[in-house]
Amino acid sequence: MRRPKRLRSLWLLASLGVLAGLMLASVLIGSREVSWDDISAALGGSIDGFGPAAVATRIPRTLLAVVAGAALGMSGAVMQGVTRNPLADPGILGVNVGASLAVVCGMAYFGLSSATEMIWVAIVGAGATALFVYTIGSLGRGGSTPLKLALAGAATSAALASFVTAVVLPRNDIAEGVQSWQIGGVGGATMENIRVVAPFLLAGFLVSLLSARALNSLALGDDLAAGLGERVAIARGAAAIGAVVLCGAITAVAGPIGFVGLVVPHACRLLVGPDHRWLLPFSAVLGAALLTGADVLGRIVARPSEIDVGIITALIGAPFFIYIVRRRKVREL
Amino acid sequence: MTELHTLAVENLTLGYADRTVIDGLDLVLPAGKITAIVGANACGKSTLLRSMSRLLPPRAGQVLLDGKQVHRMPAKELARTLGLLPQSPIAPEGITVADLVGRGRNPHQRMFSRWTAADDEAVAAALDATDTAVLADRSVDELSGGQRQRVWIAMALAQQTDLLLLDEPTTFLDVSHQVEVLDLLTDLNHSRGTTIVMVLHDLNLAARYADHLIALADGGVHAVGTPHEVLTEATVQAVFGLTSRVLEDPTSGRPMMLPIGRHNVAVPAALRAGSVGAGSVGAGS
Amino acid sequence: MTLTRPVTQADAPRPTTVEIVARDRVRRTARRRAVITVLALVIGLGYIVSLVAGQTFYTPAEVFGVIMGQDVPGASFTVGRLRLPRASLAVLAGLCFGMGGVTFQAMLRNPLASPDIIGISSGASAAAAFAIVTLSISGTAVSVVAIVAGLGVAMLVYALSFKSGVVGTRLILIGIGIAAMLDSVTAYVLSRAAMWDLQEATRWLTGSLNGTSWPQVVPVLIALTVLAPVLLGQSRNLSMGQLGDDTASALGVRVERSRVILIIAAVGLIAFATAAAGPIAFVAFLSGPIAARIVGPGVSLLVPAALVGAVLVLVGDFLGQYAFGTRLPVGVITGVLGAPYLIYLIIRTNRAGGSL
Repeated sequence: MRRPKRLRSLWLLASLGVLAGLMLASVLIGSREVSWDDISAALGGSIDGFGPAAVATRIPRTLLAVVAGAALGMSGAVMQGVTRNPLADPGILGVNVGASLAVVCGMAYFGLSSATEMIWVAIVGAGATALFVYTIGSLGRGGSTPLKLALAGAATSAALASFVTAVVLPRNDIAEGVQSWQIGGVGGATMENIRVVAPFLLAGFLVSLLSARALNSLALGDDLAAGLGERVAIARGAAAIGAVVLCGAITAVAGPIGFVGLVVPHACRLLVGPDHRWLLPFSAVLGAALLTGADVLGRIVARPSEIDVGIITALIGAPFFIYIVRRRKVREL
Repeated sequence: MTELHTLAVENLTLGYADRTVIDGLDLVLPAGKITAIVGANACGKSTLLRSMSRLLPPRAGQVLLDGKQVHRMPAKELARTLGLLPQSPIAPEGITVADLVGRGRNPHQRMFSRWTAADDEAVAAALDATDTAVLADRSVDELSGGQRQRVWIAMALAQQTDLLLLDEPTTFLDVSHQVEVLDLLTDLNHSRGTTIVMVLHDLNLAARYADHLIALADGGVHAVGTPHEVLTEATVQAVFGLTSRVLEDPTSGRPMMLPIGRHNVAVPAALRAGSVGAGSVGAGS
Repeated sequence: MTLTRPVTQADAPRPTTVEIVARDRVRRTARRRAVITVLALVIGLGYIVSLVAGQTFYTPAEVFGVIMGQDVPGASFTVGRLRLPRASLAVLAGLCFGMGGVTFQAMLRNPLASPDIIGISSGASAAAAFAIVTLSISGTAVSVVAIVAGLGVAMLVYALSFKSGVVGTRLILIGIGIAAMLDSVTAYVLSRAAMWDLQEATRWLTGSLNGTSWPQVVPVLIALTVLAPVLLGQSRNLSMGQLGDDTASALGVRVERSRVILIIAAVGLIAFATAAAGPIAFVAFLSGPIAARIVGPGVSLLVPAALVGAVLVLVGDFLGQYAFGTRLPVGVITGVLGAPYLIYLIIRTNRAGGSL
């Protein structure tokens, strides 16, 4: 179904608008009321007064939500393209737990503590787990069906989670840090964190966007893609690296946030079609909107405390996941 | 040896969630004969078979075995009379042939009952009839396609039913195994009088082996009768949308269908449907 | 005219087909029976060792005395009040997890489809965490909540995957989705917990037999006595189900009805065991595949898997108590030892494209 370019551009603009609105809401809403003056003051750099100070804490948070949502949305779209699997999502594939385990081991055995070190470690953990899950999920007849991949991911998550428990249990010193990190949240965002993770995200976005055309070919199947001149293994590998870097970096800085990568690409596909050159950027924008919205929701719903964004995405995402599973014919699973 | 049971279908309407596949079908399957059901893809052949063996409840109408509604009968009682070999049966990893065939005894066993000598004999008889006794200790995974299909038929035989329904028993087999399986089914029909109803893809094999042929199209029966009556050029055109030539098969005396496409056919232009221009009819073009 | 060759001593009459069939059947069931006997002996031995050994050693005579109700100084408390209930729960919970787990795996024809993964453990855990942290209840009430939640989640997953019949694939995937949701609820509840509640909740969630008392053991015993026979009664239907729903139906099995009974009974066993001991990692997951490897194909795995489960929990708890410097809960032992085997199992399963 060819969608007229104009329609797709309209959708993109509309979602950018929604995103901007949500970003504004995120800065405005909180336990303290703020005014426009406060916002302009904070943006100007001053934090005198409670108003601008409140805004000053919300800006990095909003920024992280936007960037994390964009990264996760795009990462999910790429993963679904690489694995040709409608249920691919970093969370389902156990990538989050892998990153967790790597970080926890880093903290416990190597005394790592700086943000950059953590991010590298998380990316390595995420990458190793993704590779592992994909490999074992592809063994046997039929290659990597959605069911096999999901099971491999779930089983690997369970296995790695028990390792995490084993490492953390005797170590009271890191136990508290680990616990708060088990849920994804943007509450602890600082500009420093964002600065550290920015280059990784940039690299991830670039590699992913550059793979868009290759993903279109890969969607036809490895054999056909090779017939079209695509270097299948390289294209797949590069795209996968892009996706893993994106979600590993975000997991390092915000903890495990699931389902964004699952839900957003499906919604985007309905609006702009399966062409990855449109799908990837759109997934990024919509992902950013979703996560920012979820964060705002989490702050409104549970005033004066808040519900972390990872919980909200799970609570919204899981029913959506179930809906997708129900709609599809069993053969496709 | 076997009793003769009549399987009939009355005003049967079948479908899945969003579409109707069979509409108001009436059919009687002759007892003690081999019946083949043919038709285009997705015309409802498998659906009909599944409904006859109770796997699919009808939207309307009924399936009758000896006048009793099949869907009201107790499951095990039906399984003692009517056996089904579905399209892609699953064999658990590592299972031996003797074990798999033994599963066919289930309809004859109560919840906690022990295995009896009669069960062993039924299994042995089934193995002998399908010539798989020599494979009894082997693992089903290791067998060839033809052997595996024979083992599944043995399992259905161990059920000792008077009717046997088979859903595309030859589809994934190479031609020698196809013939092997069909010959076996004919042996069963001749020696025990088992009523056989099978869905087949291959029109020519269906015409050669069946006593009774049913061609399905558009949710209903297009033609019913002996292979000579059913396999005609008009039927092939109506059911498959294919121009063909039907001749007598010199090896069996049954009708044989030769499809006519656009290339490599030496046929007078008058017989071709919708020929484009007065093209030359050279052989080997 | 047939050519006959001279009959030699070495020529035994070739076995008839009936004999071959009977021989194959007997061989399979004999192996299963042997395995069951050995496992039962191992459990018996393990049980006695757990009672006799520990920080203080008691003689079997003293242990026997305590069991008989006599008052043996020292032993009565340690053995009677601490070790006896603990070892008993280890065995009973292991039996429940093993039998419940293998039922799911056989029913869904996939060794990776374990109740741990399809939401039942997550449901029980979330409910327990909620009860401990938010409702501030403890003890038996938490167990009740966990059981009800486990059953509730099972019904929810079943209902959601029902679309004119339940297909295993769909049920597994939906279960994974529900599990993810419930895990996030658990994580949320824990993140809001005060230190004391957090400790207790974490202890519960790891699966541990510390401080087991008789009131915890009795419900599990009752559940086992009631539900195990139900499962055993369905064992033949379960075997037929291995051939696929269509073939099983054709063999006279009422597939949907059988499935519902199996799910209720299996979930019941697991829920009661989880309520008493917490979700002990991987026991439900691994008992079936381990049993399958030692018993061989084609026979009912319900009893062997139950026994394997009991061995795993018993041994795991003993190791956790005495093999390392600190006391580790049994869930950690089974988790760490189970994880590599689990990975190996996934690889093996996928490579063979297999079923249980």
